[in-house]
Amino acid sequence: MRRSEKSRIGIYFLGTMVTIYIILGLLNSSLAIKALQATLSILKKVVPVFIVVIALLAIMNKFVRPQTLTKYLGKNSGAKGWIIAIIAGIISSGPIYLWYPLLNELQKHGTRNGIIATFLYNRAVKPALLPLMIFYFGIKFVAVLTVVMVFVSVAQGWLVEKLLEVKL
Amino acid sequence: MEALIKALKTFGNTLPTILGVILLVGLIKVALPSSIFTHMFSFNPFIDSLIGSALGSVLAGNPVTSYILGGEMLKQGVSLIAVTSFIVAWVTVGIIQLPAEAILLGKKFAIIRNATAFLFSILVAIITVFLVNAI
Repeated sequence: MRRSEKSRIGIYFLGTMVTIYIILGLLNSSLAIKALQATLSILKKVVPVFIVVIALLAIMNKFVRPQTLTKYLGKNSGAKGWIIAIIAGIISSGPIYLWYPLLNELQKHGTRNGIIATFLYNRAVKPALLPLMIFYFGIKFVAVLTVVMVFVSVAQGWLVEKLLEVKL
Repeated sequence: MEALIKALKTFGNTLPTILGVILLVGLIKVALPSSIFTHMFSFNPFIDSLIGSALGSVLAGNPVTSYILGGEMLKQGVSLIAVTSFIVAWVTVGIIQLPAEAILLGKKFAIIRNATAFLFSILVAIITVFLVNAI
């Protein structure tokens, strides 16, 4: 899909959502207002992540050559690629969808789809949230779950890559 | 400066998709309060792990919400396997974000990634609970 086509589909998607809100506003204005308030509250929280993503995109444009990306995250990246995906996934913050623009750029520059899938899976492992998770589920459970998820993230990345190779 | 302008352009191109997802998440949050889902479990661990993964896949929001809901589910007698599959699917499967993921990363990639993440959420739950009981 070309960039302009992706952008156009995104505008249609946004247009559909705005239309749904307008219809909802006509049918049930209080629910529409509550939904808008919820949306604004999410927006307030994600703006700092917007800035981080834009900064990372700019850094990547300025300093990272496509050849470097291919070396570390491309087809022959080996264990290095998986380790980078795991660490980057764990330290990244904010909602998952905010990372799609950056991942889209990486994908276009030859990053393996398996590595992108592993990155996305590891976004589930958040060190900052571990204390809260321990509070609810106990330290043994959280330690085991975290380790299992890191290993499964690589298995999932590998499987996604293999399935994408299958011609339908 | 050129790098920043290019970054802003790239981000600007994806902004409508991201805003669309945020509007969808806001609507789902208000229209379907998460608490109503805690009463959907059958108390059969195997069926419940499927229900847990399915609920986790369609609900969205901060992972903290899934911990709170998961904690409540445990108190109500829902099995640990079901609760684990619920909190894992909550963060790894994104039905609400699927349109954005398909637009930006490819339809086939988005479908395969979410479908495998759904299956892995059940597997992760089974392995985790088995290991927790064994250690």
